[in-house]
Amino acid sequence: MARLKTIARRTFLVGSAAVVGGVAFGYYSLRKEPPNPLLKGLKSGQAAITPYVRVDSEGVTLITPRADKGQGAYSIQAHLIAEELDVDPHKVRIDPGPPDTAYFNSRIMDDSLPFATIDEGVMARGARGGGEVLSRLLGMQITGGSSTVPDGYHKLRVAGAVARETLKEAAARRSGVPRSQLKTSDGRVILPDGKSVSYAELAAEAAQIAPITDVALRPEKEWRYIGKNMRRIDIVAKSTGTQRYGIDVRLDGMVYATVRTNPGMGGTIKRYDASNAEKMRGVKKIVPIKDGVGVIADNTWRAFHAAEAIKIEWNDPPYPADSAGMWKVLEGSFSKDQQDSRLRNDGDVEKAFAGASKSIEAEYRTPYLAHAPLEPMNAVVLYTKQRIDIWTGTQIPVFLRAHAAKLTQLPEEKVYVHAQPIGGSFGARLDDTYALQAIELAMAMEGVPVKMTWSREENMAHDYPRPIQLSRAKGSVRDGKVESMSIDIAGQSMGASWFNRLQAPVPPGPDTTSVNGIWDQPFSIPNYRVTGYRTKEMVPVSPWRSVGASGNGFHHASFLDELIYAAGADPMSELIRLCNHEPSKAVLHTLRDISDWKGVRLDDRRARGVALTLSFGVPMAQVVEISDTAQGIKIEKVFAVCDVGRILDPINFEAQVQGGIIWALGHAMNCELTYENFAPNQTNFHVFEAMRFRQVPEIIIKGLELGKEVRGLGEPPVPPAAPALANAIFALTGKRVRELPLNKSVKFA
Amino acid sequence: MQLTVNGKNHDLDVEPEMPLLWVLRDELGILGPKYGCGAGLCGACTVHVDGSAVRSCSITAGEVRGNVTTIEGLGTPSNPHIVQQAWIDHQVAQCGYCQSGQMMTAAAFLSKTPEPSESQISDAMSGNLCRCGTYTRIHSAVKTAAQMTKGK
Ligand code: FES
Ligand code: FES
Repeated sequence: MARLKTIARRTFLVGSAAVVGGVAFGYYSLRKEPPNPLLKGLKSGQAAITPYVRVDSEGVTLITPRADKGQGAYSIQAHLIAEELDVDPHKVRIDPGPPDTAYFNSRIMDDSLPFATIDEGVMARGARGGGEVLSRLLGMQITGGSSTVPDGYHKLRVAGAVARETLKEAAARRSGVPRSQLKTSDGRVILPDGKSVSYAELAAEAAQIAPITDVALRPEKEWRYIGKNMRRIDIVAKSTGTQRYGIDVRLDGMVYATVRTNPGMGGTIKRYDASNAEKMRGVKKIVPIKDGVGVIADNTWRAFHAAEAIKIEWNDPPYPADSAGMWKVLEGSFSKDQQDSRLRNDGDVEKAFAGASKSIEAEYRTPYLAHAPLEPMNAVVLYTKQRIDIWTGTQIPVFLRAHAAKLTQLPEEKVYVHAQPIGGSFGARLDDTYALQAIELAMAMEGVPVKMTWSREENMAHDYPRPIQLSRAKGSVRDGKVESMSIDIAGQSMGASWFNRLQAPVPPGPDTTSVNGIWDQPFSIPNYRVTGYRTKEMVPVSPWRSVGASGNGFHHASFLDELIYAAGADPMSELIRLCNHEPSKAVLHTLRDISDWKGVRLDDRRARGVALTLSFGVPMAQVVEISDTAQGIKIEKVFAVCDVGRILDPINFEAQVQGGIIWALGHAMNCELTYENFAPNQTNFHVFEAMRFRQVPEIIIKGLELGKEVRGLGEPPVPPAAPALANAIFALTGKRVRELPLNKSVKFA
Repeated sequence: MQLTVNGKNHDLDVEPEMPLLWVLRDELGILGPKYGCGAGLCGACTVHVDGSAVRSCSITAGEVRGNVTTIEGLGTPSNPHIVQQAWIDHQVAQCGYCQSGQMMTAAAFLSKTPEPSESQISDAMSGNLCRCGTYTRIHSAVKTAAQMTKGK
C-alpha cells in the first residue's frame, strides 16, 4: 500500500519534521528505556522490576497506565502483563500508576500523520517512528486513538517477562538452582523438586537485582489469555454497584462544589451577583474562576441550586452566535487561501469531469456532537501550600500534572494525580478544564478537599464537541463504473483547538484528522481527489470517538454510494471491485457472504445499505438492514465485519463492536448540537437521546485476523454505520439524506 | 426526617425538597446510585421504593413513603442477586456507570413480570440510557435472569 507517488510532496512535512527531530538527532538515545518512575516511591521490601510491575510482601501490583473509560483498558493491560508474568489478573492488585513520561504512548501520533495507517512504506514507517519520538519527547501519556492495544501488545508482555525472569533470578540466588531450571505459575516460582516460593516472598531480593532484560516472549501456543475469552477484572464490581469512579471519591471533611462558566465556550465573564446564592443553605463560598464562578457548599445539590441562583452577565466569545452563522463560515471557506491539504490526487479529476458523460454533485453536512459520557465531569482536589492531590478520571495525566503545576505554582513533583476509573469518555477526558476548575476552587479552600461536579447542563454546554464539517463532492461514472470522485471538505481544525488547550505544540503541516476517513480509504478510483479547507476556530472542539473518520466516513461512503447508484452498479460488487487493499477486500467478501447479500432491496418494505470505512488501520464494513413500519423506519439488523489483525479477547471484541455500532447509529439518527446565542440548545438527554433499548437492532459480527499488525477497536466500528444506514434509507425510500442527524429528514420508529 | 435505606434507619437533617439521590450520595455516602442527568431522563439513579423502580433524582426526600433499596441492598459481590449474577455472566458492563440503574430497573421489572415477553422487556428497559451501548448484552442478561428466577 505504499502510495508515495500519490501523496503530494509538501504534505510529507509533518512526518519529516518529526523524523528529523528523531532519526537525525538523538533518536537512539531516545530509544533507551526511560527511567522507571516506580523506583521513586518504593518502600523497603518493595521491588519495582519494570514500570509495570511492583512486588512487595503483600503481593503483586500491575500498573495499567492507560485510562479505563469502559473499553476494558485496565483489564487488557493486566492480561497482557499476566500472560508472561504468570499471575491471575483477578488475584493481583491493579493500579493506574503515577503520571509519567515513561508511560508515553508510542502510537498516539499515528492518526495525525499524512500516511494512511495501513501504509507499510518506508516513509510511512519512518514517520511513525518519528511520531513515537515526538510522543516520548512530549511525554504523551495519552489514552486514545484506539492505541492501547497496538502500543501495549508487545511492551506489556515484555514487562511481564522481565519481571518473571528477575523474580526467577532472585529465587535462583536463594536456592542455588540455576534460573533455567525454574518455572513459574500463579504468582510463584517453582523449583525442580516441586517446592515453590511466592513472588511476594522474593520481593526484597528481587529489588537488589538489576532487571533481567534479555527475555524471550512465549510462543502463541503457550498463551493462556490472549485470544481466549477473558473475564474483565472489573466485571463483578460493575455488576454490583461497588465500582468506584472519580465522582464517588469521598475524603474526610470534604466539601461539594460546582461551577457555571460562559455557556458560549471561550467567552469570559463580565460580572455576577451572588447575593441570593450566598444566603442559601449549605453555601460556604462563592469563588470567581476562569470564565465563570464556582459555588462551594456542603452538598452537591445545594451547590447546583445556589449556582443557578447567581445572576451572571457574559462576554460574547469570538465566533458566530448561531448555527446558521457557523455554517456560513464553512460555506465561504472553499477558497485557495484556505486550502489546507490535498492528500490524495490520483489521475486528473478536472479532465475527467470535462469529458464526463454523466456526473453528479452533492453537498454533505455533519453536525457538532457532544461526547456526553454518563458520568459528568468531576474532580476531587486537596490543596495545601506544600502539595496538591487530584483524584479524577483522565486520559491525559501528564498534561494535567503540568497544567496543575502552572496554575498552583507548585513544582510538578508536588502534584499528585490519582487516576480514577471513568464512567465513559468517548474523548471527553482528553481535556482537563473541569479538573483545573476544581483546583481553582480548592485553592480557595486550603487544606479542605473539594469535590467539584458539573451539572448535566453545564456538561452539555462545555463538552468541546466534534466539529461541524461541510463537503462538496463531485463525481462521474462511465460504463457502469465509478470513474472519478472529488471531495472538498471544510471545517475547523480539531487538532489545533485541542493541542492549544493542552499547551502542546500544534503539529506542523496539513491537518490530517480533518480529512481522515476520506483521503485514506482503500479504493482505487481512476480520478480521485481529496482536498481539505480550514476555517477559523469557532466553538472549541476535541476528538470524539473515532476522531476525524467519525463524521468523514459519512461524507465519503455516502457519496461513493451515490456514484455507484449513478453508475447503475450493485453497491457491494462495486465496492469490492474498487477496493485495492487485500484485508479490506476480504472484509467485504466476508460481509457479502454472512449477510447473504443479494442486492439492496429485500422486498417492498425492507432494504439494505452497505459502507466501508478504514480507520485506525482497521477496515470495517457494515450492512444495515431497515424496514418501513407504521411508526417509521426501523433498523432491523446490522452485519459488521472487520480485520483487527488479532482478536485479543473475543468477548470484549464483540462488546466494543456492538457498542460502537449502537453509538454511531444512535447519534446518526437523532443527535446534534445546534447553537443559539453562542450556547448549544441541547441541554440534557431528552434532546440528545441517541439509541434507546427498544431501537437496538440484531447485530451480527465477524472479526478477521489477517493483518500483520494488532489493532485497537474502540473507534473503528463507528464511521461506516451512519453511511450504511443512510444508504439503506436511499434504497428503501429513494431519498438521499445528506445531512446528519437523519431524523431531520426521515422518521424513525 | 426519617429514611429507611437498605433496612437501616437514618435520621436526617435535610430540606424536604432535596432529591433522594443527593441524600443517598452526599449525606449517607451510598454511592451505587449515580448522577447522570438529574432530570429523570437516563435512569442512572434508579432505586427501589417498596420494590418499585424510582428515579431518585426526581423524587424528593420529603416525598419518599416506604423503604428505599439501592443496588447495595440488592446483592453483594459475594452474594449477588440473580440479576447481578446474570450481569456478571454476560459481562454486560463497559464503563458500568449506568449499570446500577439498569439492574435496579430490571430487578423491579422481573419481580413483577417473571415471564416477560420481548416487547415487555423493551418497554421496561427503554427508559434507561447506556452511552456505551451495552443494550444487546442487557437484553441477554434480562432473559437469563428471568430464566434463573423461574428455575428457583
Ligand atoms: S440521574 Fe436520575 S434519571 Fe438521570
Ligand atoms: S456501560 Fe457505560 S453508560 Fe452503560
